[in-house]
Amino acid sequence: MSDGIWTRIVLRVWVVLILLFLFIPIGLIFFYAFNTSNIESWPIPGLTMKWFTATWDDENVRSALALSLQAGLTATALALVLGSCAAFAIHRMTFFGREVVNLLFVLPLALPGIITGIALNAFFSFNGVELSIWTIVVGHTTFCIVVVYNNVLARLRRTQSSLVEAAMDLGANGFQVFRDITLPLISTAVIAGGMLAFALSFDEVIVTTFTAGGQSTLPIWIFGQIRHGILLPEVNVVVSFVILVTVIPVLIAARLTGGGGASRVPAAR
Amino acid sequence: MAVKAARRPRPQRAGASRLQSLFWRLPWLRPLLLLTPPMGWFVFVYLASLLLLLITAFWSIDPFTTQIVQTWNLDNFRIILTDDTYWRIIGRTFLIAALVTITDAILAFPVAYYMARIASRRVQTILFAAVLLPLWASYLARVYAWILILNHSGLLNWSLQLVGLPPANIGYTNVAMWLVFSYIWLPFMIIPIYAALERVPESLLEAAADLGAKRWRTLRDVMLPLVLPGIVAGSIFTFSLTLGDYITPILVGGAGSSFIGNVVYANVGIANNVPFAAALAMVPIAIMAVYLLIAQRLGAFEAL
Repeated sequence: MSDGIWTRIVLRVWVVLILLFLFIPIGLIFFYAFNTSNIESWPIPGLTMKWFTATWDDENVRSALALSLQAGLTATALALVLGSCAAFAIHRMTFFGREVVNLLFVLPLALPGIITGIALNAFFSFNGVELSIWTIVVGHTTFCIVVVYNNVLARLRRTQSSLVEAAMDLGANGFQVFRDITLPLISTAVIAGGMLAFALSFDEVIVTTFTAGGQSTLPIWIFGQIRHGILLPEVNVVVSFVILVTVIPVLIAARLTGGGGASRVPAAR
Repeated sequence: MAVKAARRPRPQRAGASRLQSLFWRLPWLRPLLLLTPPMGWFVFVYLASLLLLLITAFWSIDPFTTQIVQTWNLDNFRIILTDDTYWRIIGRTFLIAALVTITDAILAFPVAYYMARIASRRVQTILFAAVLLPLWASYLARVYAWILILNHSGLLNWSLQLVGLPPANIGYTNVAMWLVFSYIWLPFMIIPIYAALERVPESLLEAAADLGAKRWRTLRDVMLPLVLPGIVAGSIFTFSLTLGDYITPILVGGAGSSFIGNVVYANVGIANNVPFAAALAMVPIAIMAVYLLIAQRLGAFEAL
C-alpha cells in the first residue's frame, strides 16, 4: 500500500503537532526557572538567575536532594547486584518458570504505584519496621531490579557463547572467563541498566510517599510545594534540575545500548 | 571441561577449581545460587507485601484506638459496595481511564503509522527517541507543566487571546485531568502500536490492493486487525496507570475529582485505616485482572 502525497503531508503535520504537544510543556518549565516574577504567568516578564541561588540556599531542598541521592544510589547498587544475578541465572535457561520470573520482575512497574506503595507500607508496619531511608531503598530497589535485569539479559542473549567456550578451551578458569570475557562484553549494559534504575528512583514519588514516613525526597518536596502552591519559583528550578538528572542518564543509556535499552521497559510514573 | 582444565600446568587455586568442578557436576547449582537472592527479595518482600495487603483487606481497625484488629470480616467490602460515594468514585476513575486510553489510541496511531511506514530509517530512530524521552522526564514535572499552562494567566489563555478567542478555564476540572493523563501516558501507546505496525507484512497490503480494496478498506479490514494487539498492549499501561493514580487528581483535579487512589491515599495517610485502603485497592487490581484477561484473549502479550 503506498500512501498518496496528501496522506503523507497530513501525517507529517500530525507528527509535528504531537511532538510539539510532547515537548512544549517540558520546555516551558525551563523558561519559568528564569522567571523574574514570582507569579507564574505567561509570558514571563524577564529573565533572572536569582532563583537558582535561592534554591541552592534552601536547607529543605538540600536535605531532600541528599536523601534522594543516597536512596537512589543505594537502590541502584542493590538493583545492579540482584538484577544482574537474575539475568545470569535466567539466560540460557528455558525452564518453565522463566515467564513467571519475567512477570514477577515487571509487576512493580505494571501495577499502579499505589498498590506497591500501600502493600510495602502494610508490610513494614506489620513487621514493626520504622520507616527510614532503608524502607525507601527497599521500595525503590523492588521496581529498579527489572530495568537492570532486562538490559543485562538482552545483552547476554546477544553475546556468543563461543567466546566463553574458546576462553575455557584455552585454559581460563571460571573467574578468568568472567573477568576477561563476560564482564567486558556486558559492562555497558550493566552501566545502562544502572543509569535507568537511578533515573527511575530519582523521580519516583508514589511508592516513596508510602515508604518515607516523615522524610522528604526531592519529588516529595516538589509534590508538597505544588500541592500547596508555595515557593513555586524554587519548584521551577528544582523541577528543571530533576528533568535533566533523569533525562541525561537515559540518553547515555540509550547510547550505550544502541537505543534499545531505554525502551525495553516503559518507565512508569 | 573444567575438570580437565584443572589438570593443566597453569597454576590454579585449589578452592576455585573445586568449586568449578562442583558447578560442572551439578549444572543447576550455579543458576540456583544466582537466582536465590533476587527471587528471595521478590518473594519475601514484594509478594509477601502483596499477600499481606490482600489479607489486610479482610481486617478492620478499632474505631477508638485506630489499631488494626486481625479478625476476618467482610465489612470493608460491604461498605465499598453499598455506599454510593464509592461507586461514583470508582465510576469516575474507570470512565476517565477509558477516555484517556481512547484519546491516546487516536493521537498515537497516525504517529506510529508515520514512524513505521513512511519515515526514513534515520527519522525513525530520531522519532523513537523523541517519543520515549518525555516518558523519562520526571512525572511530577510533566504534571506541573500543565498547571502552569492551564493556569488562568498561563500559556493556554495567552494563546487563545492571541487568536481572539475567549479564555478557557479548564484548570482544576475533570477535563484538565483527562488532558494531563492523555499527555503523560501518550508515549506508552505510541511505542507498541509502532512495533505492531512494523510487523505488518507488506505482501498482505499488496494483496488487498490487488484484490481491489481501496486504501481505507485496507486500513480497516487488513491493517487494523493486525495492529489491534499493539493498541491493546499500549492500553494496558494507559489504563492501569490512570486507574491507580492519585497525584494528578490532587494537582490538577477540582473539588469533585477524587479517584480511587485518592481515597486509598487518604485512608492510609490521614484516617490511618489501612484495612479499608487495602480493600479499596483491590478494586483497581480486580479491574486490571479482568482487563488483562481480555487483553490476553486479544493477543496483546505477544505485542508487548
